[in-house]
Amino acid sequence: MPGAQPVPDSTKGRYDLPAKTAANDTPVIEMRGITKRFLDNVANDQIDFTLHAGEICALLGENGAGKTTLMNVLFGYYSFDEGSISVRGEQVALASPKDAIANGIGMIHQHFTLVPTQTVLENIVIATRDEKRFFLNLKGARKKLLDIQKQFGLYVDPDTRVWTLSIGQQQKVEILKALYRNSSVLIMDEPTAVLAPQETVELFKTLRVLAEEGRSVIFISHKLHEVMEISDRVVVLRNGKVVNQKRTADTDVKELANMMVGREVLERIERQVVEPGEPVLEVNDLNVLNDKGLEAVKNFTLTVRRGEILGIAGVSGNGQTEMCEVLFGVRGAETGTVSVGGQPLRLGHPLSSVRSGLARIPEDRIHMGLLMDMTVEDNLQLENHWTGRFARNGLRKFDEIAANSQTLITDYSIKTDGKDAPAKSLSGGNLQKIILARELSSEPEVVLASQPTRGLDVGATEYIHQRMVEEKVRGAGVVLVSDDLDEVMGLSDRIIVMYEGEIMGEVAGSGADREQIGLWMTGVKS
Amino acid sequence: MIGEILSVTFITGLIGAMMRMATPIIFAMLGEIITERAGVLNLGIEGIMLMGAMTGFLVTLSTGSLWTGVFAAALVGMVFALIMAVLVVYLGLSQHVSGLGITLFATGLAMFIYRLYFGSPTVPPIVKPFSRIEIPLLSKIPILGQGLFHHYSLTYIAVLLIPAVAILLYKTKVGLKIRTVGENPFAADTVGVNVNLTRTLCLVAGGALMGIGGAFLTLAHQNMFLLDVIGGRGWVAVAMVIFGNWDPVKGAIGALLFGLVDGLQLRLQGLGLHVSFDIFLMIPYVITIIALIGVSRRASVPAALLQPYRREDKGG
Ligand SMILES: Nc1ncnc2c1ncn2[C@@H]1O[C@H](COP(=O)(O)OP(=O)(O)O)[C@@H](O)[C@H]1O
Ligand SMILES: [Mg+2]
Repeated sequence: MPGAQPVPDSTKGRYDLPAKTAANDTPVIEMRGITKRFLDNVANDQIDFTLHAGEICALLGENGAGKTTLMNVLFGYYSFDEGSISVRGEQVALASPKDAIANGIGMIHQHFTLVPTQTVLENIVIATRDEKRFFLNLKGARKKLLDIQKQFGLYVDPDTRVWTLSIGQQQKVEILKALYRNSSVLIMDEPTAVLAPQETVELFKTLRVLAEEGRSVIFISHKLHEVMEISDRVVVLRNGKVVNQKRTADTDVKELANMMVGREVLERIERQVVEPGEPVLEVNDLNVLNDKGLEAVKNFTLTVRRGEILGIAGVSGNGQTEMCEVLFGVRGAETGTVSVGGQPLRLGHPLSSVRSGLARIPEDRIHMGLLMDMTVEDNLQLENHWTGRFARNGLRKFDEIAANSQTLITDYSIKTDGKDAPAKSLSGGNLQKIILARELSSEPEVVLASQPTRGLDVGATEYIHQRMVEEKVRGAGVVLVSDDLDEVMGLSDRIIVMYEGEIMGEVAGSGADREQIGLWMTGVKS
Repeated sequence: MIGEILSVTFITGLIGAMMRMATPIIFAMLGEIITERAGVLNLGIEGIMLMGAMTGFLVTLSTGSLWTGVFAAALVGMVFALIMAVLVVYLGLSQHVSGLGITLFATGLAMFIYRLYFGSPTVPPIVKPFSRIEIPLLSKIPILGQGLFHHYSLTYIAVLLIPAVAILLYKTKVGLKIRTVGENPFAADTVGVNVNLTRTLCLVAGGALMGIGGAFLTLAHQNMFLLDVIGGRGWVAVAMVIFGNWDPVKGAIGALLFGLVDGLQLRLQGLGLHVSFDIFLMIPYVITIIALIGVSRRASVPAALLQPYRREDKGG
């Protein structure tokens, strides 16, 4: 099975390459027959992957397809079980990121590897080996950094502390970090997941500059139109295997989608129009501080009616998390009131939120939504174990509980070994279904779903979208908070955009102007 | 009585006592800061200090050399820190449990070894302790001179170590690596820093300082070994790390304040007030607790403190 796949000559791609690389067509990277197992889970199965100088290669695949794992192998971060890796024609042993860096490979992880309390410059100079000195040479480093910033047009103040930067700026710091080490291969793991549309445009400009210089970029994504826009070549992974690779010019979104998922994909959920009823969620003049004591949500006012989905768009980190936490009852507010179905919530009291008829679907399902070491049944019971239906005089009614668990597992088609299996044995999509089952089975008045499909595969995502629409049709008020603009635009009846804790604007869901929303997401008022 | 307190000799004596009382805490606190900045809480500190105190005493008694005793104390501190490293860095066990376990183990072992050598003597054996060194000229400054510049060499070393550790942490490449390992080990790993080795070396360096801090108590402050010689100073050092927000200079200020209060209570005892001396002994600790309540609300703990680092656990 291992063997060179026919790889299109990148010199015929969209960008002209420097003569030196055009003449020498040894691939920069050649991975052959890579197999990586986690216990008995085969994350990468006999993968061949080649990369040429000056090429932007997209690695496309659903969540869990094995993209990150393959790149962590190339970055020396994971050891692998079978296969070999060559860099510029020579076989190398990449035992740690140190070796990869020495071979000119830089990786920007999905979760940034920055230290928030340190300055940009400190984050960049750490562990560079350009001088044998005991003391930090911040002066020299600053000069070198400014040169690189000028060369690539990536400007970030070297002396600011990283925690004060926006996500987009932090990503620039990560790119600068890789360039500072003179990486000729840049791996970017889902770099656009956290960016506003305009920031994505800017990132793509940078990547093109890098490619024109003769550097190579591996661009990981599951967003098809981005892959079409930026890449020269696409490698599609599914279940740990390369299912296909094509020159981007020779394929289209539909074909890529089918290769990625392995079946026809519904383009989008049918939008069902329901006449909205009376207001069911009212948020008035909410002001909230974040963990650092800074203003996270400012003068936030919002009304949601029965039978509508209100989408809240925005780059993550603009107060959505804190706003949701207040409604969930796990964070207090400085000022403001919230009422659900006409009844005011006691802010900062989780039980008040639970009893109000608010379905809580938190963005961090593993830490906030579930107890991973407890059983599926326990997780289904979290919010109603004390109710008369499931307990009498403080003792639990096990027959009733078991019957209920069984019903929910069937109704929500939760794939599990049974109600007594530990939650941690379930996949991400099924974990989310546990939360849905728990929250929606009581027919809530308001559904607040924060990043409900983040990290889930296409099947689970479709299921969750379907449920959101069903809740709306049933007559609940649904709030969908997501940093995936496609998701918000596809489902919502109304869309508001949050930026730095404030509402930048509101548009109707159908026929919403993507450009306009994108501007609001980056703080441009119009 | 007010007259007595305001007299020159009283103030000079108090400053001197402050420096002396602060010395072992500064050593231990700096050791703990280096360790915690790399992301490891070493609660073995109290036991390691006791082992240092005992080893320093025993080695000095048998070799007659005070500096050999100090050196041995540092060495034994390193060995215990290395055990800690195996438990928490490489095996990933709970840092709280491991640290307390080391303290209990070291306390028992120190007593055991002491008994093995001396049984239960009615008159405890003593060494000839360090003598104090007057710094020429500076020690002649009125009021302050004798308080600040007439001390054991270990006290001078402790004071010099404060800026040394600060420079190490903030101005050197090694320091940046240590801080990054303590804040975000994943970040450190992805730029080629060996996280677990860094943590081990920091533990070991910190252990050496803790051992020396203990030895100061049996070789300078006193001249004999008693089981309660550390008297909770290790825990105070941990508190001072928090008080100082993981900064060597601020931590040292805390240690000096503790030394000041400790020196003051000793002198108040001497004034012959009709209060049990236990009350006076408590004062520095009570003040430490009060200070911590005030400070710890704005504490900036190293983000990866207490978290073991395994490569394949993360990185998605
Ligand atoms: N550190 C790890 N330990 C155990 N399993 C892992 C680890 N990282 C990834 N996996 C598993 O490997 C598979 C591929 O994951 P990943 O490479 O993260 O996919 P992708 O990046 O394409 O979403 C998944 O089944 C995932 O659960
Ligand atoms: Mg991934």
